[in-house]
Amino acid sequence: MSDPIFSCPQNREEVINTYFMEHRAKLIDLAAYLDRLDRARPVGDDADFRDTAFRDAIAILTDGQSQRARRILDLLSDHSTAMPQSADGMKGALGAPHRVSTEGGAA
Amino acid sequence: MRYIDPHIHMVSRTTDDYQRMAQAGCVAVTEPAFWAGFDRSSAQGFFDYYRQLTEYEPKRAAQFGIRHFTWLCINPKEADDPGFAREVISIIPDFLERETVLGIGEIGLNKNTRNELIILEEQIALAEKYNQMVLVHTPHLEDKLKGTRLIMDAISASSIEPGRVLIDHVEEHTVGEVLDRGFWAGMTLYPDTKCTPERAADIIEMYGTERLWMNSAGDWGCSDPLAVPKARLEMARRGHSAETIDTVTFGNPQCFLSQCEKFRLED
Ligand SMILES: [Zn+2]
Repeated sequence: MSDPIFSCPQNREEVINTYFMEHRAKLIDLAAYLDRLDRARPVGDDADFRDTAFRDAIAILTDGQSQRARRILDLLSDHSTAMPQSADGMKGALGAPHRVSTEGGAA
Repeated sequence: MRYIDPHIHMVSRTTDDYQRMAQAGCVAVTEPAFWAGFDRSSAQGFFDYYRQLTEYEPKRAAQFGIRHFTWLCINPKEADDPGFAREVISIIPDFLERETVLGIGEIGLNKNTRNELIILEEQIALAEKYNQMVLVHTPHLEDKLKGTRLIMDAISASSIEPGRVLIDHVEEHTVGEVLDRGFWAGMTLYPDTKCTPERAADIIEMYGTERLWMNSAGDWGCSDPLAVPKARLEMARRGHSAETIDTVTFGNPQCFLSQCEKFRLED
């Protein structure tokens, strides 16, 4: 792919002027969501696979590398190669892959 | 300004939406056959749907000066029963001659099952046999990456040129591979679960404008039939040129769709 550097028509100050307030609000939403989880009683001993993936994804935000959106989507993707015969009885997509290996069943 | 919304399910929208789209500059839409939110109980249900897409919707759109074109198929969500899917596929050839049918779509995968893949391959063979263009639906969320790769592999195993195939609902983790393999890529602008106008503009900044378009995929769910003009505003706000904006919202869809001689904006 082409070099992404400086392909945005705005300079950094303009990007911040345009988008900072909106993303400040999203950042606080994210913090409040994590606080809400702290206040919620756990269910069972195991962490929810979606929550684990979510926290792994947050680490990508601050690892200093670029392509964050692509890498987070990649992290939240099913990388298995198994193919179930039918979707019968399967749940809809849940937003993060079940790491537990299933023999072609509902995941 | 004028734009094309190349993927929108107008059967699920009100006539007011056509009016608002026309006011926002929409000159043409293309509507792929899809899941109606419930499973149809018979092939006859699809026959009636194809009549609605080819007879009724073009007239409803024409009241507002919008050209309406369509793509026919059985969608992946209803393709998990191969026997039923084949019965539906058997009624498609009779409709392919109709003057607003551009090709086969939106075919693809939903839960990446073997049954879905079998029917996908049979519909790719149908497109091959009747020399049709193809519009592809890719799965959502965690299923998208795997499904997109399976779909591209299935098409690459056929004789269909990738330049006659649009792979829709791309996001940051799939767009690069889709373009690298020579396909066209569609970005679907959704209020919450898919690509936002901001991210669509980001993708254009990272991958350029070649073989890339955007659409609303407006349907019966929470979606926005004005998503494309809103993305145009977002790009303008960020300082993209009018030329770039026109390329992704008018020129590119016109270029891809014009590979079918039935796609015309003028009489
Ligand atoms: Zn669709």
